[in-house]
Amino acid sequence: MATDTHYEKYKSDGSLQGNALEWFDARFPATSMWRGHLSEYYAPKNFNFWYYFGSLAMLVLVLQIVTGIFLVMHYKPDASLNANGIPVAFASVEYIMRDVSWGWLIRYMHSTGASAFFIVVYMHMFRGMLYGSYRQPRELIWVFGTLIFLCLMAEAFMGYLLPWGQMSFWGAQVIVNLFSAIPLIGDPLSLWIRGDFVVGDATLNRFFSFHVIAVPLVLLGLVAAHILALHEVGSNNPDGVEIKKKKDANGVPLDGIAFHPYYSVKDIVGVVVFLIVFSSIVFFAPEGGGYFLEYNNFIPADPLKTPPHIAPVWYFTPYYSLLRAMVWPILGIDAKFWGVVAMGAGVVILAFLPWLDRSPVKSIRYRGPIFKTLLVIFVISFFILGFLGTKPPSYAFFDVIPGAPIAQILSAYYFLYFLTMPWWSKIDKYKPEPERVTFK
Amino acid sequence: MKANNMKKFLLALLFAPLTAFANGAALHLDKAPDVQGDKAALQNGAKTFVNYCLNCHGASYVRYNRLTELGLTEQQVKENLMFTAEKIGEPMRVAARPSEQKQWFGATPPDLSLIARSRASEDGSGADWLYTYLRSFYRDPNRPTGWNNAIFENVGMPHVLWQLQGQQTQNHESHKLELSVPGKLTAAEYDKQIVDLVGFMVWMAEPNAGFRKQLGMGVLAFLIVLFGFAYMLKKEYWKDIK
Repeated sequence: MATDTHYEKYKSDGSLQGNALEWFDARFPATSMWRGHLSEYYAPKNFNFWYYFGSLAMLVLVLQIVTGIFLVMHYKPDASLNANGIPVAFASVEYIMRDVSWGWLIRYMHSTGASAFFIVVYMHMFRGMLYGSYRQPRELIWVFGTLIFLCLMAEAFMGYLLPWGQMSFWGAQVIVNLFSAIPLIGDPLSLWIRGDFVVGDATLNRFFSFHVIAVPLVLLGLVAAHILALHEVGSNNPDGVEIKKKKDANGVPLDGIAFHPYYSVKDIVGVVVFLIVFSSIVFFAPEGGGYFLEYNNFIPADPLKTPPHIAPVWYFTPYYSLLRAMVWPILGIDAKFWGVVAMGAGVVILAFLPWLDRSPVKSIRYRGPIFKTLLVIFVISFFILGFLGTKPPSYAFFDVIPGAPIAQILSAYYFLYFLTMPWWSKIDKYKPEPERVTFK
Repeated sequence: MKANNMKKFLLALLFAPLTAFANGAALHLDKAPDVQGDKAALQNGAKTFVNYCLNCHGASYVRYNRLTELGLTEQQVKENLMFTAEKIGEPMRVAARPSEQKQWFGATPPDLSLIARSRASEDGSGADWLYTYLRSFYRDPNRPTGWNNAIFENVGMPHVLWQLQGQQTQNHESHKLELSVPGKLTAAEYDKQIVDLVGFMVWMAEPNAGFRKQLGMGVLAFLIVLFGFAYMLKKEYWKDIK
């Protein structure tokens, strides 16, 4: 919608401001951007709860960047020990928490923001799965989205090393070591990533550089691409029908409303509700019960003391479970390698969703029992995989049902859900889609 | 399943707590009473801390002048809680050298600034762990220090507070700890002493926690009011959408 209209340039009313704006608009697409992306970007009027999470993801991105800028002013990526025998990086985080004015608030916003980002993004992705938002013509939006998810994982992983606590150190050690399982190039590759034989000062500094510069730049570019692609084809909606098929005399979709003011004011409500939840965590439970800030991470990194149980932060645990599920050395290659492959494939397979889904309708509202059942199982198994990923492999439910084989079965389900989709999405029963969106 | 039920079911799933199944093999920890609102208790805890803990353990993120937040004046801190030549703005460092300590105890005593946060686990809060730990030392002739601990096996630290608590021994059959030699304090007095000490360590782990919660109430109150206005604004615009 952004580019199929040519917007008239701003005409001055003769006032000074008007002249300035006319001068500016003649040299910059200000009017056309404003109208194309906001005041004349027509979004379906039937967005529901699930449609808040896109704008919330943007909000959290901004929060992370702004709090991150202030954290960098006081944080020191330095693994050497200070006069008290504490690593400088770890001590600088506590310095922020105690001695920097409002540092504790900025740090808690950033650490809670990391978890909030994943909650919001997981909800946003699930929305896409519910309503078929990845289907033609929105495949590219979805692919950009998967890349954003991948970047976000890299960003979170490298950011987690920076406080230089026990979990930071050992989590990075475990994950980087996984690469050493790749045949032939594994060892030099993991050495190249770490810049040292163990995770050390070199690793900390390069992760810092990637975390504050490289990955955020890529992330911002991808987010821009994600939104530009969205505004090119227009938003999907909970009914999964194209609003552009029914337009009025002016070419405005009958079921479309201008993003601004209608969705800007609606998203503000979502933002306030989100901030209420977010603030409740920041101010009353910043550790998130040990899931947002792991307790072991209040101990400075000690390369000589391996913690008994190394668990990644909660947002990685479903994928960590996929990794651990591979215990067979297929083709004589270390099982660890296949674990890395499984974890990577678990993310990459999402990008193929637009071509795996062969259903004639997009939205869950008009899809049949097979889709609904399999999706519910998918969600449950994703949660159980996530839960098991926080536990040691020896974990057993109620001390009797072993977790490891369950994780393997659910990992198999994770992949089969996608790989068999071309078949089951075709044979499912469907209800007819309406002509127009449903709006109470 | 109807679409509406389905929606509810999916939402319930999404918000289902991850901690639904706790794992077994838990440590049994006693619940530490919360004394964060009790300045006298925290001051008493600070006194125990500087007299007994600070000889070997540092609290190197905590500056002495921060103790004024416990209701003390700088003069009181200087006279009662500072025994070395440090200045009031300096952190609570330990005089002993880490390398020597390692020789004496087998491990360098950890910095205690954050101990109340790092000792938290599924079994209980860090305060619960410390409260139980400091009351679980017993005599063990097999250990170099002559002391062991019921929840921290083969601990390197001797029972520094033994003169206060007395000496416990472990019953060989029930594995329960029994007081064999009484100390200066009764069991109840000793427990209270530890409550105060643990309270101080909880405060020290995050001195801003009290202000954080206070500010949080204000922020939430503001956001709830803002929600009212945001909601009305949305209603006002959306009344035209049919």
